Amino acid sequence: MTLTEPKPALEKTKAGSSATSPPWLNENTKALGLFIISLVLFLAFWEIGANLKLFAKGMPTASKTLQELWWWSTHPFFDNGPNDLGIGWNLLISLRRVAIGYFLASIIAVPLGIMIGISPIAYKAFNPYVQLLKPVSPLAWLPLGLYIFRDSEQTGIFIILISSIWPTLINTAFGVANVNPEYLDVSKTLGASRLRTIFKVIIPAALPNIVSGLRISMGISWLVIVAAEMLLGTGLGYFIWNEWNNLYIPNILVAIFIIGLVGLILDNIFGALEKFVAFGRKA
Amino acid sequence: MSIASVKYSSNAVAPEPEFPSAQLSIRNVTKVFPGKRDLFSKLSRRTTRDFVAIEDISLDIEPNTFVSIIGPSGCGKSTLLNMVAGLSDVTQGDILLNGLPIQGPGPDRGMVFQNYALMPWMTVEENIRFAVETVYPKLSPKQLTRNIKEQIQLVGLEGAEKKHPHELSGGMRQRVGIARALAIDPQILLMDEPFGALDALTRGFLQSEVERIWEQQRKTVIMITHSIEEALLLSDRIVMMTRGPAARVDEILEVPFPRPRDRETIDQHPAYHDLKAEMEHHLFRETRAVEESRIRR
Repeated sequence: MTLTEPKPALEKTKAGSSATSPPWLNENTKALGLFIISLVLFLAFWEIGANLKLFAKGMPTASKTLQELWWWSTHPFFDNGPNDLGIGWNLLISLRRVAIGYFLASIIAVPLGIMIGISPIAYKAFNPYVQLLKPVSPLAWLPLGLYIFRDSEQTGIFIILISSIWPTLINTAFGVANVNPEYLDVSKTLGASRLRTIFKVIIPAALPNIVSGLRISMGISWLVIVAAEMLLGTGLGYFIWNEWNNLYIPNILVAIFIIGLVGLILDNIFGALEKFVAFGRKA
Repeated sequence: MSIASVKYSSNAVAPEPEFPSAQLSIRNVTKVFPGKRDLFSKLSRRTTRDFVAIEDISLDIEPNTFVSIIGPSGCGKSTLLNMVAGLSDVTQGDILLNGLPIQGPGPDRGMVFQNYALMPWMTVEENIRFAVETVYPKLSPKQLTRNIKEQIQLVGLEGAEKKHPHELSGGMRQRVGIARALAIDPQILLMDEPFGALDALTRGFLQSEVERIWEQQRKTVIMITHSIEEALLLSDRIVMMTRGPAARVDEILEVPFPRPRDRETIDQHPAYHDLKAEMEHHLFRETRAVEESRIRR
């Protein structure tokens, strides 16, 4: 039934393209229609393919996966020991690690970025460190973290910190170094003190860049935590690792979906924040 | 210190023996932008020569006069204004304000920027408040609010106080720019092509507004412009500069039209067309020379 439903909508679009199309057929409605059609086609392909054993052996059907998703979402909080923990608990554990590591990274990166950005000399002097450390894979830090902290929890936070510090640092320094010189001229002609210029002009002017940096850093934190947790013992990453050991694929797919959904929500929060500080500027 | 007390005493000129009537005195000012000749540039064969933007300009500006500086593009008008503002160093010569050499930028000179230079994260009111608070940090909140309100009324922005610059038209933004510059009660108002980024209709309207505001305050103004009509409408004196590099003052025209002036009737004054023709002749000659030198290069 769902397959045939959007069809009349498409026909109407063709007819209505010459005349002014009705408001319920605007771009968003059409996009939603296309989204639903493609989703239905995808699920149908998956369901039929899995039933006909077209994919890898043991590949679950779409209906089985959706059943599991429903079960896990309706039973998020139960605790039968570390290897049988509700997905809600695992999610909260991951979020907590991300929050701590990300918060620490941000309170280091933003002030440091401001200091580096203000001074052209510091900018040039510290750029090599940043450029060298930025491309290092977060997981490369894992052994070092485990060696230093000898604790999986702290290591997880350390990895989040070390990998999410760079985008914020770079964007903050860039934003501060590239403040519109006219704003600085205004400040100078008014005879504003250095400190007043920094707090009232430079930082607000660089805020869109700072928030974009924070947004990228948040995305990276969320990417990294799942990978790091596979080796750490709790959280969503460990949930996936555990289900892999159980060789139960539907739950892995459920976890992938939930990780994606949470990442999407986090990104949207920062997207809204970016708009909030833009004031008509292009972020 | 109250703003009101400053407002009516600021135009008083300190006694100055040599040029008793000059409030601002530009004496033999030269501006050279040094070229790149360091070792690295030599190795990479990218050395540049020194660029003499302005050579030996002298100009005296009496208090309460509106002076326009007009000249072909690239002649160093903005450089001269930036030196008066203190944003750019003087290579040779002196710029004296009330007989004292200027030491960098300061709130005794208010600046209006071509691209408004409003802080996008501040509302209209906050933009003006930032300026007043910076210059008069000891002002009571009541006086502060009153001053801001006065400025907003002066430029006709009532009702837009809580709007951010991106919600305003170009003309309204420049009103905020003017209000911000006037709010600190500077001795001299410096305007760098204040209407250059506006469309023709808005420009005409804002010129009339500036004429109206000037009649109320009669502050000393130095305005850079490209527009002959604009200079004739607003100025007491028009400084015409030659083309750069090494730009000089070519001629200074006195504009005798009575005030207040009206843009619709100003061209009926007998001297209007002669003045206009003279300026056009000068600007066309200089601009043609600029264009020709560019082609030859």
